[in-house]
Amino acid sequence: MDPELKFVDIAAQPYRQQQRRDDLKSFEYSYRAEITSIYPLTEMETLYRIQIVDPEERNRFVFTPGQFLMLELPGIDEAPFSISSSASVRGEVELCIRRVGNLTNFLPRVKRGTHVGIRGPFGTGFPMKEMHGQNVILVAGGLGLVPLRSPIAYVMENRSHFNKVNIVYGTKTPSQLLFTHQHEMWRKDDIDLNIIVQKADRSWKGPSGLITEPLKEILTGKDRDYYHNTYAIVCGPPVMFKFVCNMLNEFHIPMQKMFVSLERRMHCGMGKCCRCNVGSTYTCLKGPVFDYWTVMNLKEAI
Amino acid sequence: MIFRIFEKEELKKLFEVFVAHNRVVGAVEAGRDRDDQPVYAFSDVSDYNEIKLDYSITKLPAKRFFLPFKEELATFRIENDNWTKDISYNIDRPLILFGLHPCDINALNKLDKVLLHSVYPMPYYAAKRKNMFIVGMNCVPQPSCFCRSMGTDTALHGFDMFITDLGGRYFVEILTNTAFNFLRHIRTMEPMEEDHILYMKVVEKRKKEFTAQVDTTDLTKILDMEFQSDVWKYWGDRCLACGTCASVCPTCYCYGVEETVDINLKGAKKTKILHSCNLIDFAEVAGGHNFRPERHSRLKYRYYHKHRGFVEAFEESLCVGCGRCGESCLAGITVPEVIESIRADGKE
Repeated sequence: MDPELKFVDIAAQPYRQQQRRDDLKSFEYSYRAEITSIYPLTEMETLYRIQIVDPEERNRFVFTPGQFLMLELPGIDEAPFSISSSASVRGEVELCIRRVGNLTNFLPRVKRGTHVGIRGPFGTGFPMKEMHGQNVILVAGGLGLVPLRSPIAYVMENRSHFNKVNIVYGTKTPSQLLFTHQHEMWRKDDIDLNIIVQKADRSWKGPSGLITEPLKEILTGKDRDYYHNTYAIVCGPPVMFKFVCNMLNEFHIPMQKMFVSLERRMHCGMGKCCRCNVGSTYTCLKGPVFDYWTVMNLKEAI
Repeated sequence: MIFRIFEKEELKKLFEVFVAHNRVVGAVEAGRDRDDQPVYAFSDVSDYNEIKLDYSITKLPAKRFFLPFKEELATFRIENDNWTKDISYNIDRPLILFGLHPCDINALNKLDKVLLHSVYPMPYYAAKRKNMFIVGMNCVPQPSCFCRSMGTDTALHGFDMFITDLGGRYFVEILTNTAFNFLRHIRTMEPMEEDHILYMKVVEKRKKEFTAQVDTTDLTKILDMEFQSDVWKYWGDRCLACGTCASVCPTCYCYGVEETVDINLKGAKKTKILHSCNLIDFAEVAGGHNFRPERHSRLKYRYYHKHRGFVEAFEESLCVGCGRCGESCLAGITVPEVIESIRADGKE
């Protein structure tokens, strides 16, 4: 009958990393990771390779293509980024980062070997295994190629599991094209790569126009069997989603086979801060990868 | 459930047992408004006479004791090029909330669902919640209370003990062993049949005192159907997008995270700051694109989250009908009015 209440110390409990999604201590737990390479892609975007320092933790960090993580520079900021590298490499990720905010504008000052914090992986991924035996069209607009690079890596590593694979990629100008050093590699893996820019410059030899143009060419004249057995992965600016998804819809690509990756500014990644809510669906938990049926049921998603 | 009955003067003794060994928070009179009406606030109390047992409603909920407006998630020690992260859940002793009304208890129950019983439970909230002892107390319905419409006018769980004033004596529901043990320090009796009858009468009388109400039938569907309604624009034009509604709301938990470097450059902080979905930058992403740039789309989102999304996820609304947002709104927007207008627009 002690009239003093006992203090329950949650902080003193051990962290059960295996039950990451249910453990209280996982909330603010971050992996210490090292920036192992910095590779400039364009004037605005840089590719960072980041490796978890602890070998055991490295082994535990498993993600699926399409998932994102939270990158933290202590004292500067923490922000969400799509993982842009192959999911078969454990404990090491590549993030393609454009200079737009607090964190990303500070990053250019960071040198190789700097330690950062990463939390995650979070959110849903593309169901790559379900796509085995099917055709895949990947449509990327601008920075939208970044989250698609992970499923592209999957397709390349498992090329024999897929039928026809198309990448349709568009940017505003040729100078904004990302991963140009890899385009030939993709093509060599029997991936059909169509690149289109909105505004051509003198150096540009390829086509210019809207991304829906090459997409329409690909889709036109195929048989029912093709449309029914095709998966589409779409990522780009909000305005692009509408046009691309409508077109895929017109050609009767099944809604449950169309996947989009939505961009929102998460502050937690764990369904708490509400900043990424669409309607009241947490993009960080139910997304960022949604099938098109789900997106149609969300208000103001795209 | 175990019930007891005790004489009025025993409550003071119970309070003194609480306060002798624990931190106690209760409703006190913080000042007077321009009509010379008392303004109540939850605050630390040590003197029983300071506690206002008959407080109408506090301007602010008890939120700051479990979801502080600003809270440190982590601190960093920075040495040369290296850093160490330290995490504290910012609580070191239990807290007794004395005299919480049913709406505020239900608010905690709702928050538990998303912050405690969902994936990635939040330890900062959990640490405070698990160290909280709640003494509930029945209220006198105010003109702005529409809790009865939200099904939150009574609390079925989420407290340790719940006290109802029967006029001469107090009737107490005991939910936890801890509460039972506390009550051993004062004189209590088994309630008799006439106490039960009296309790029922008091409950019946209180039920009749509720005036404000809102029809929530099929609200989730109506919100979907009226998504494009011009009524939202009407409210959006009135809304000042100041975020007051969120800060006085007992269930608003949205936040943002900010990092700062200490002035001596030897440390840094990661701070969680409660946000409001009515503020302009709530849904802004890197590069400046804003998914809800207009006031009406943000106001609508607020209703969507509270009265549709939360219902979808947890079978209940994220509103307890305490009416604080309407009372504090500088533009005089109240939840019953907004919901009624959306429903009326659908009928046209």
